[in-house]
Amino acid sequence: MSLDRVMGEGYFTTTIDALTKWGRANSVWPMPMGLACCAIEMMAFAGPKYDAARFGSEVFRFSPRQSDVMIVAGWCTYKMSHAIRRVWDQMPDPKWCIAMGACASTGGMHRCYGVVQGVDNFLPVDYYISGCPPRPESIINAILKIQDKIKEQQSLKLDS
Amino acid sequence: MNTDTRDSILQDIKEFLGDDLLELNLEQAYPLLRISGSKIYDTCRFLKNTLHFIYLNEIIGTDRFTSEDRFEVIYHLISLRDRQRIFVKVYVDEEDPLLPTVNDIWKSANWHEREVYDMFGIRFEGHPDLRRIFLPEDFKYYPLRKEFPLLGVPGSLEMPNTTPDHD
Repeated sequence: MSLDRVMGEGYFTTTIDALTKWGRANSVWPMPMGLACCAIEMMAFAGPKYDAARFGSEVFRFSPRQSDVMIVAGWCTYKMSHAIRRVWDQMPDPKWCIAMGACASTGGMHRCYGVVQGVDNFLPVDYYISGCPPRPESIINAILKIQDKIKEQQSLKLDS
Repeated sequence: MNTDTRDSILQDIKEFLGDDLLELNLEQAYPLLRISGSKIYDTCRFLKNTLHFIYLNEIIGTDRFTSEDRFEVIYHLISLRDRQRIFVKVYVDEEDPLLPTVNDIWKSANWHEREVYDMFGIRFEGHPDLRRIFLPEDFKYYPLRKEFPLLGVPGSLEMPNTTPDHD
């Protein structure tokens, strides 16, 4: 076995928790919820120039059942909020949410009756990205913050 | 723009309308005429059948926020044959905002009139399907009226359920 070559006759111990967190943090697959112009920057984030594959997040899953983090990119109307919440509810736990850009975070310039003033009104947002639209580096930063969060929290717990 | 064609069209309109042509504005790029509300249906039919304005580009509603003749509805018409564009405007009263539909003249008026109804509450008599087009059907307000608050009425639009359903 190759491990024998590296470690000789020694051994090391770890916890299943650390192993799970390591695996989870390095395979954060996004669910693209592109609603407006922020989605263009989100596509650049996944493209070759910014190369989200370095952080294990290049696989955009268009099925909520296969994704870990939802990137809400763009302004969200009251009509759309029901669809977004429905997609969010279909994502399996553990799951995280990124509100990308000023509109998704606070409503932004769409200060009017038809737009939800921030998707945190109906979603548990983990990280807010500022900017209008944010640069792809900001989304990489958000993914790194999500990875930090995954590494900090307890990954395994007994069901009550 | 070919001003000769425009002038002859305007002359025809003047002869057709007579005293019902209340205002004629030629200062803008395209002629804008205001007519009395009772003649809007006949004028639209005349403009389409005689002057060949076969394309209804849009119907615009405006809240002027005045005590009389509060609303105004603007019909934006295009003649593809003569390359002319014209705006026809009518005032609508606040008490009973009602206009005849032009849906049987231009089919495209269907959704435009529904939008004006949705945003301003101006009803179109004879419209085949006068429902709200953007907002929910149980919405009680008309959002583009001036007295409507900028951020809407709290609770008037439904938010998704954020707690899981237990059975």
